[in-house]
Amino acid sequence: MSATRQQTIRPAPAYTEFHPRWYRPRVSVYWWLGEWHYLKFILRELSSVFVAWFVVETLLLIKALRGGPEAYAHFLQIMQNPAMIALNIISLFFIVFHTITWFNLAPSATPVRMGGKRLPDVMISAPAYVAWAVVSAFICWMVLR
Amino acid sequence: MTKHATNEPFFWILFSAGGMMAAIFIPIHLLLFGVAFPLGWFKAPSYDQLMSLVSMPLVRIYLFILCSLPLFHWAHRFRYTLYDGLKVKHLNELIFAICYGGATLGTIIAAYLLWNIR
Repeated sequence: MSATRQQTIRPAPAYTEFHPRWYRPRVSVYWWLGEWHYLKFILRELSSVFVAWFVVETLLLIKALRGGPEAYAHFLQIMQNPAMIALNIISLFFIVFHTITWFNLAPSATPVRMGGKRLPDVMISAPAYVAWAVVSAFICWMVLR
Repeated sequence: MTKHATNEPFFWILFSAGGMMAAIFIPIHLLLFGVAFPLGWFKAPSYDQLMSLVSMPLVRIYLFILCSLPLFHWAHRFRYTLYDGLKVKHLNELIFAICYGGATLGTIIAAYLLWNIR
């Protein structure tokens, strides 16, 4: 009897109330084909593949420039292949799609508050479009002069 | 129940920077070199013209950033597309290695190609 009174008091174990497993419906691999909104989302994400394709093309161009005038001429010829032109036009659509969705999303990622109120979205996305136009004009000038 | 700290913000920053580069700079490049020049809308720049441009260190730094950051943008986005779109979370490590490894490889290739161009 006296021995039990000298035992240290351990904290009570944490009991949780019984709860059945939360129901999680199994999602099909083809969930994104169900709605146009879902498909649009997946297409937006797949635009990144065409971004990577552009980088590959650019690296090939730089490699061709290192190779000399003949290598560059050969590169220009490859770019004129109808399949390449078709692929690049498709890429261009996806990349412009990326740009527009990116600029329309940027205000949600960078909410700016001034005087306690959030700035309207257009004040973040409009400068981005302007920057796009200015940069494009500048690069045209650099390359075409 | 707080989530433990991850490296996610680092990769998200690369994704974000790459996305901004891709959004602003890639369309005009692709329009010019992928569509306009091959279709003959404008005369493609000559070899000497491009070489004089590319010999400027600033242009090479710009091209390096243009090649590297969008690759990391692709890596991050593609990785999540595979997770969410194709539901392949069980291949986590492999997808991670292929995506960011590929982006790193592309960056190294870009640095090697752009280091010096005669």
